[in-house]
Order: sequence, then C-alpha cells, then structure tokens
Amino acid sequence: MLANAFLIALREIRRNLGRAFLTVLGVIIGVTAVVTMVTLGQGTTMAVKSKIENLGSNLVMLRPGAGFGPRAAAAGVPNFTESDVIAIAEQIPGVAAIAPLRSNMLSTIYLQQARNTTVTGTTIDYFAINKWSLADGRFFSEDEASRGAAVAVIGNTVRDELFGPDDPIGRKLRIGSASFQVVGVLASKGQAGMGDQDDTIVVPLTAMQRRLGGRSSARDISQISISAADGVDSNLLISEITALMRQRRNLQSNQDDNFSVFDTRQIAETLSSSTRMMTTLLTAVAAVSLLVGGIGIMNIMLVSVTERTREIGIRLAIGATAREVLWQFLVEALTLSSAGGVIGILLAFALCSVLAPMIEVSFAFNLQINLIAFIFSAAVGIVFGFAPARRAARLDPIDALRHE
Amino acid sequence: MTTSRGNRDDLPGTQQLLIDMQGVRKVYGQGDAGFEALRGIDLGIRQGEFLAIMGPSGSGKSTLMNLLGCLDRLSSGSYRYAGIAVERLNAVQRSLLRRYHLGFIFQGFNLLERTSALENVELPLLYRGVKRAQRSSMARGALAAVGLAGKEANSPSELSGGQQQRVAIARAIVSNPTTLFADEPTGNLDSVTTAEIMNLLTHLNRERGITILMVTHEDDVAAHAGRTIHVMDGLIERDSARNAGF
Ligand SMILES: Nc1ncnc2c1ncn2[C@@H]1O[C@H](COP(=O)(O)OP(=O)(O)OP(=O)(O)O)[C@@H](O)[C@H]1O
Ligand SMILES: [Mg+2]
Repeated sequence: MLANAFLIALREIRRNLGRAFLTVLGVIIGVTAVVTMVTLGQGTTMAVKSKIENLGSNLVMLRPGAGFGPRAAAAGVPNFTESDVIAIAEQIPGVAAIAPLRSNMLSTIYLQQARNTTVTGTTIDYFAINKWSLADGRFFSEDEASRGAAVAVIGNTVRDELFGPDDPIGRKLRIGSASFQVVGVLASKGQAGMGDQDDTIVVPLTAMQRRLGGRSSARDISQISISAADGVDSNLLISEITALMRQRRNLQSNQDDNFSVFDTRQIAETLSSSTRMMTTLLTAVAAVSLLVGGIGIMNIMLVSVTERTREIGIRLAIGATAREVLWQFLVEALTLSSAGGVIGILLAFALCSVLAPMIEVSFAFNLQINLIAFIFSAAVGIVFGFAPARRAARLDPIDALRHE
Repeated sequence: MTTSRGNRDDLPGTQQLLIDMQGVRKVYGQGDAGFEALRGIDLGIRQGEFLAIMGPSGSGKSTLMNLLGCLDRLSSGSYRYAGIAVERLNAVQRSLLRRYHLGFIFQGFNLLERTSALENVELPLLYRGVKRAQRSSMARGALAAVGLAGKEANSPSELSGGQQQRVAIARAIVSNPTTLFADEPTGNLDSVTTAEIMNLLTHLNRERGITILMVTHEDDVAAHAGRTIHVMDGLIERDSARNAGF
C-alpha cells in the first residue's frame, strides 16, 4: 500500500514537473539561507571567542579615550607616560606584570620584500602578559630593552612574507628608517577573526622611541597592558587603576574619564554580544526567506487545487479510497520537500565552504541547524501540500469531479 | 433488436436483479432552498442489460446515473446493487464497490492530463494492487480491445476525441467491471466517431456480458441499447421494457 502510494506519487510528480520544481525551489531557497546564515554566524562567534582566548585570561588594559575598539583612537585624548606605568606598578596591589605599549603601522623591508606591519614597542613583560611564546630564537633581553638595542621579535606572518624560506634569526631588517636585527620568531596564534595577530613586530619600547618616528613628547604610550596576579578581583583592580589615573590626570568629579580600563571578560562580552546580535539578525533574515519559500509553495498548491480536485475526483471514481488519495499526497509533498531540504543543505554546505575562508571564519558542520531546517522544510511541504488535498479527498467523488 | 439481456422467457422477479432501486429521491441543497432532482425512482436492471436513459435537459438523468454509480448518496429510498444495500455503505465501502464492480465513462473523458494512455488505463489496477508486469499486460490488452494498440505512449493531448474516449473505455473495462456507467459518452463526439464508440460498447455488452447503463440525448445512440427509459422531472416516465409487456 505504501509502495503503491510511492508509485502513484512519483507518477504525479513526473506529470507536474513544473509545479514540483517550484515547490522544491521554495524549500531550497529557505533551507540554504537558514543553514548558511546560522553556520557562518556561529563560525564568526567561534572566531571571536578564540581570539579573545589568545589575548590571555587575566589581562587588564588601559587605553586613552572612552571605551575600546576603533573609537578609542579619538583625536585629542592624551596618551600615557612612563611614569603612569611606574605609578600603577608601585601603587596598585595585585599587578603581576605590566607593559607599556606604543604601536605604529610602519613599512618593513628585507632584501626585495617590503610590506607594512604593526610595530609595537614595549617591555619584555609584554610577551608573558599576551601569552606569546617563541617558535624560534629568543625574546629581547632586559639589557637590550634598557639600552634601546635595535633588536626585533617578529610574528609568523612577517617571517613568511618577508623571509620566505630563509632563516630570519640574526638577519637585518629595515623598519621605517632604521635597521633592526631579528632575534626571535613568535609562535603563531593563527587567523582569529578580525585581523591577523601574527602580522606583528615587537621591539623594545626604548628602541621604538629613539629610532622609529621620533619622540614628540613623554606622552607616547598608547596602551598599558597589565596582568592581574592570581586570585585578584579584576573589577577591584579596574576601579583602583581608574581612581589612580583620574587623580594623575587631575580630573574633577564632574569630568568623565578620558581613558578606559577594561579586562578580557568585558571585551569578550561586548564582542560576543555584537556577534550574537549579528547572528540573530542573519537568522531572522534567513527565517523570513524560509517563510517566503513556504508562501511560494502554498501559492503553487492553492493554484493547482482546482486541477487537483478534479484529479482526486477521477481517482475516487475509479475506486481509490480517501485514505489512499491522502497517502499519495502526503508522499508527494514529503518527497518534494525533502528533496528540497537535501539539496538546500548540500548547497548551504558548498556556500559555507566558499564563504567561510573569504570572511576568515572557520566552518563547522552544525547538525542541529541542518536538522531543524530539514524538519521545517518537511513541515512546510506537508502543511501546504497536504492540507488542500485533505479537503478534496473528503468530498463525494461527483462533487470532486464537478469542481470548477 | 437483440440484446444480451438473456432469456426473454425469464419472468420478472424470478431472476435476481443486479440493480434494484425503490423510491429513490435526491434533494440538492437544504430546506426551502432544496431542489428535488429525483422524486421517487423505482428501477430494476438485470445482469447483462444495455440500458439507455433519455429525457430532456435538467430532468435528472445525470443525477440518477451518479446515484446508480455510487458516486453520490441518495437522499431517501433504497438501492441494492447485487444484493448489497448501497445506502448503508460508508465512503470506503462505496470506493471498494466502485473499484471491484463498476466502471465509468464520462462525457468529458476525465483522463489524467500529461499521462500516457497506458498509465491512464493502469490507474484502476494500481488501486487493485495488481503487480507491475500483469498490470502492464492487462492495460495493453484493454487498449488493444478498444482498437488503440500502438497508442500506449500517447498522452490525452496527443489523441483525438474519439481516441480519448476509447482510452476512457479501456480504463473502465480493464478491471473487468460488472457494470459500465456512461453519462453521454458520445456527447463530445462527431457522428462517425459516435458510431465507432457505440459499436464498441455494444460489443462489450454482447461479448463480455457487461451490463451497460448509458445516458444519451440522441435516438440513434439509444437505438444501440436493448432497453430505454425516459426520465421527466425526476420521475421515470416511460420504460421500453414495460411497454414490451413486463
Ligand atoms: N449539484 C447540484 N446542486 C443543485 N442542483 C443540481 C445539482 N446537480 C443537478 N442539479 C439540478 O438537478 C436537476 C437535474 O440535473 P441533472 O444534471 O441530473 O440533469 P440532466 O438530466 O443530466 O440534464 P442534462 O441533459 O442537461 O445533462 C437540474 O435541475 C439541476 O439544476
Ligand atoms: Mg446530464
């Protein structure tokens, strides 16, 4: 009986290929959109998470301006001085390590190869605070840092792009207008979402101040990174640093902070709430397209109801029972919508494999969303394909035959 | 006129009637708006008869035909088909009665569009659960019997009106029904094609003993039948069998 229903349903599909195609297309569009959007959205979230994990867990950052992110670089906001760094290190309990940072986008040249890279001047604590480890060579020494020696530790991307197969250790590298010797290569942190963390060169702060870009004032520290000692409440640390900095900057109680202190958890929350919002938005868009696909299917089915009702009349007259007719329609609707669902999922898989590398997120097959989209598409097929047939199959055969 | 009605010496009532309607009424609509299309039909038909139903337009011929063919339900009265009380059957049982005993031919052919003649004829066999190989050979046989061998792959739009009606007849007889119901089977056909179809029906009646009930407007068509009843305003006004002395 079920085999029969299959045979009859397949003949019916073959008979109405145009209608079948449109139905399947509606499901394909919906399923592809939903699966692609959700998969890429989750890939982005995962990328952001891993980037944050690479930052270090007990990291506290001090930056000029309000908030973090691109807005922080607002003009006219005073940077920090080295005495700020010393004051924090000496006056705030619970600071395990502290590193001043000064970063600049500079041109770098090795032999024929040239490219622009973010160059950071800092102290050796920086490596520990930001969880950098070495792939090759060494970090610069305490002595080199205080002398302002022209030594550089380069990121993996810089090594690949500038040196290619050559061993960079000991080579001279041109940064800006000065020559630096490479002493170490950082272990890769990988492509983690926004930007390449390995596209970096780290030099002693003193070397940066003396040799690169000249020193216009003592206020040339653009960021202070601090790692909290184990067991220290980072909220307490943040409020203590805030109080100290307000005092050092002579801010009155009615003035807002012109700097910001935040820890990795806050970054994580902000970033993940924005990616969550993006994912929600994309999912909503995708859900709408699934709905539009469903409405398309409904439209096709309603338009064909007249023809189908007469067809049902013929079948009933010939001796089919209402139940057999309904089975046929159910099988037909299910076949079409699952075909659409499977094609949609495959298409989404293909689309994700192409798009994920383009937007630099990792692409993981998500069984759950695929299942949901598939079940939804099947449900759409059943509801819109099957419901009109239900009414017709209940008619007396002559009423179905007479249907105009 | 000879018919395969059988032995004229059989007395009425001594032979079991295939179809036995008593006081059948059919009301369309409800209450005051209701219209009584059949107002008390008594009709007995024996196995193997070829009956023509005639009468003016709107007299209730199709209504009667649909009740006889179990396509519609009576409002009151009783209807026995081969001893089965049809008015007591549920929808599924009526479907099964149609499936195993009745065949239909319509004025508008009612074939499935975009479907080959062979698959159209196979349709009743599908619902009977006939296996693939047998299904195909039975359907080919039925098409050959109506003179359409070689047209198995043609869809309705690739066939003439007469050929489409032959496919419909093949579909109706492929499952060896006891009774064939035909509502104006030649209503859409020209006179030459009409003669062909009528010869085919006569042949089926005589050679296979299929009981045929047919609605028609044309005397030439009715002339093929062994018995003619005239319907008027929802009542049987004349019955050639009674005139013949029954
Ligand atoms: N579904 C229906 N609803 C309401 N009235 C109907 C319906 N079907 C038929 N009638 C009415 O019942 C009467 C008999 O109709 P029927 O179709 O049986 O006539 P007929 O004898 O077959 O006519 P024709 O020769 O034109 O086909 C007509 O007055 C018609 O208007
Ligand atoms: Mg009629």
